[in-house]
Amino acid sequence: MNDTTSLLEIRDLEVEFHVGGTVHRAVQGVSFSLERGRTLGVVGESGCGKSVTSLAIMRLVPQPPGHYAGGQIVFDGQDLLSQPESAMRRLRGGRIGMIFQEPMTSLNPVYTCGTQIEESLKVHSGLTGKAARDRAIEMLDLVGLPSPATRVDDYPHQLSGGQRQRVMIALALANDPDLLIADEPTTALDVTIQAQILDLMGDLRARTGAAVMLVTHDLGVVAQTCDDVVVMYAGRVVEQAPTAALFGDPQHPYTIGLMAAVPRIDTAAGRLATIPGTVPPPWVKQSGCRFASRCPLADAQCRNQDPPLRAVSQGHAVACWKAPIEVAA
Amino acid sequence: MTAMLDVRGLTKHFPVRRGVLRRVVGQVQAVNDVSFEVADGETLAIVGESGCGKSTIGRALLRLTEPTAGSVQLDGEDVLTLPAEDMRTMRRRMQIIFQDPYASLNPRMTVSETLAEPLLLHGLASPADVSDRVATLLETCGLQPWHAGRYPHEFSGGQRQRVGIARALATRPRLIVCDEPVSALDVSVQAQIVNLLRDLQAEFGIGYVFISHDLAVVRHMASRVAVVYLGRIVEEAPVAELFASPRHPYTRSLIAAAPRPDPALRNTRAPVQGDLPSALAPPTGCAFHPRCALAEARCRSERPVLRTIGTTQVACHLADESAASETITDSTPADALRRRLAVLDAARQQETA
Repeated sequence: MNDTTSLLEIRDLEVEFHVGGTVHRAVQGVSFSLERGRTLGVVGESGCGKSVTSLAIMRLVPQPPGHYAGGQIVFDGQDLLSQPESAMRRLRGGRIGMIFQEPMTSLNPVYTCGTQIEESLKVHSGLTGKAARDRAIEMLDLVGLPSPATRVDDYPHQLSGGQRQRVMIALALANDPDLLIADEPTTALDVTIQAQILDLMGDLRARTGAAVMLVTHDLGVVAQTCDDVVVMYAGRVVEQAPTAALFGDPQHPYTIGLMAAVPRIDTAAGRLATIPGTVPPPWVKQSGCRFASRCPLADAQCRNQDPPLRAVSQGHAVACWKAPIEVAA
Repeated sequence: MTAMLDVRGLTKHFPVRRGVLRRVVGQVQAVNDVSFEVADGETLAIVGESGCGKSTIGRALLRLTEPTAGSVQLDGEDVLTLPAEDMRTMRRRMQIIFQDPYASLNPRMTVSETLAEPLLLHGLASPADVSDRVATLLETCGLQPWHAGRYPHEFSGGQRQRVGIARALATRPRLIVCDEPVSALDVSVQAQIVNLLRDLQAEFGIGYVFISHDLAVVRHMASRVAVVYLGRIVEEAPVAELFASPRHPYTRSLIAAAPRPDPALRNTRAPVQGDLPSALAPPTGCAFHPRCALAEARCRSERPVLRTIGTTQVACHLADESAASETITDSTPADALRRRLAVLDAARQQETA
């Protein structure tokens, strides 16, 4: 990935939470980059640090207890971690749009959908009055909300879950962002509605050329929508690759275990593969590979030395001392 | 029929009351005329989207909500007409596992208290041997004996679900209703719980009613699948049959919409449009017609009844014509994935040996 063309470049990001005397290291030296017009999937299980990473990009990690302990988040040439709060307020909802998992809690229940979009347009694009309202209706139309001219005056509770998520997307895209961060945008939705929303996000990305960072736990969603994938485990990036390479040639034992554990709708039933053990808690200081305690290949080196992310092929990097895993012919 | 569980015409309507007089102004038709059977050691999956009534079906089976009409028979005994006293003994034979084990376990009771209560209540253990029974239960569900003294908040989500399963298992039930038991869990933990449920079924011959929205999990769990749309079963078939040739357009769109973990199989088909209609005012005719690409005049006026085609029961006027129009291509994980997984498995076996 070439630095000069990257819209977003995260370098060695460290985010800690200080809770009751212990330090939870939620994000431990994460680096990846995202280019314009691409969709990057960030996958991992609960507690892997994927949501904290996306919050950190918008500088929305609550402080305290959160603390940016190190690294840089370079967005279009500027390090976001050193920007004043006023500059961040201009970016959020402006050049960086965001969609969260639960549209009911992220929309304000006492304002109509239209008012919320108009407010964002007023703050970021200087549109007011009829111009803002027309643009709000146009956005709602764009995201496929039926009869947008009347729905614009609806309150969030009058809409279904899928419709609310459409309004969230309209709100996120109202000011033509360069970067859209979507944190589990379809997790709370039914599969048929999820398919509609993913379709819509794909269309809009193609139309606006925005870069999308899709945070999800669902490998199926990643396979269907992303160009590149970052796999996170216990606060670290363990593997990153173009989507086809990750699914066709998974390298990290965790990635392999995760893929094998996904029940597939298109394969006859059988016992599911599992990964024994659990994720180490975030307050445990570990010197070696974070996955060593659950990895059957782990040896002394794995337990003592942290494996660096190293390339195994073009664009495909893995943090594992054992990669590539030897396979008997 | 000699099925273990026999459900006929199960119906649940919730009255909607308005105004100072609390007059009934409408009925939410949550479940309408649902019939199915579950044999010994069999898993019937009930799938559908949120609001389709699948959880209400599960709760109505156990009389956690009293059904409006219909009959439920367990081993030939009518559950719905039992007096309260007999119902309590009946509950020993039918248990439920909920989606969120954190909300369904008492936070002030230790695991051993939670598990001992049903054992003592139903006279399945004496105070003297109850701790042994609890330890055996924990072990059966993949937990350690020392977990007994802990409180629910001390467990991870997967462990809590294991406690929920152990609690359901305590009374040696004939039937367990599993209401979205793995939906709140991470993928790797979900796989562990799915395997545990299958193992327990093989060991104890329990029948499951497995309520889920996730068709991929259902494919790994179920022997038969009933697809529910707006309170009615629209298709019921053996699991292999359902996935090989889904006959209802709704079943097909559910299967097509499930994202598959294979970038080579990108879904190019347009997803089904619109939302689930309101159960307060269901559409005329076939409830699916406003979202159905095949709908014609008859579908809007006449409600299709379940009819049998081969081993499938389907409620669609056009099921014959449309059956062969689309099939799901099976796919397998990449070669590299399978070979490396084999290496990991071999190493793991060596480790434990």
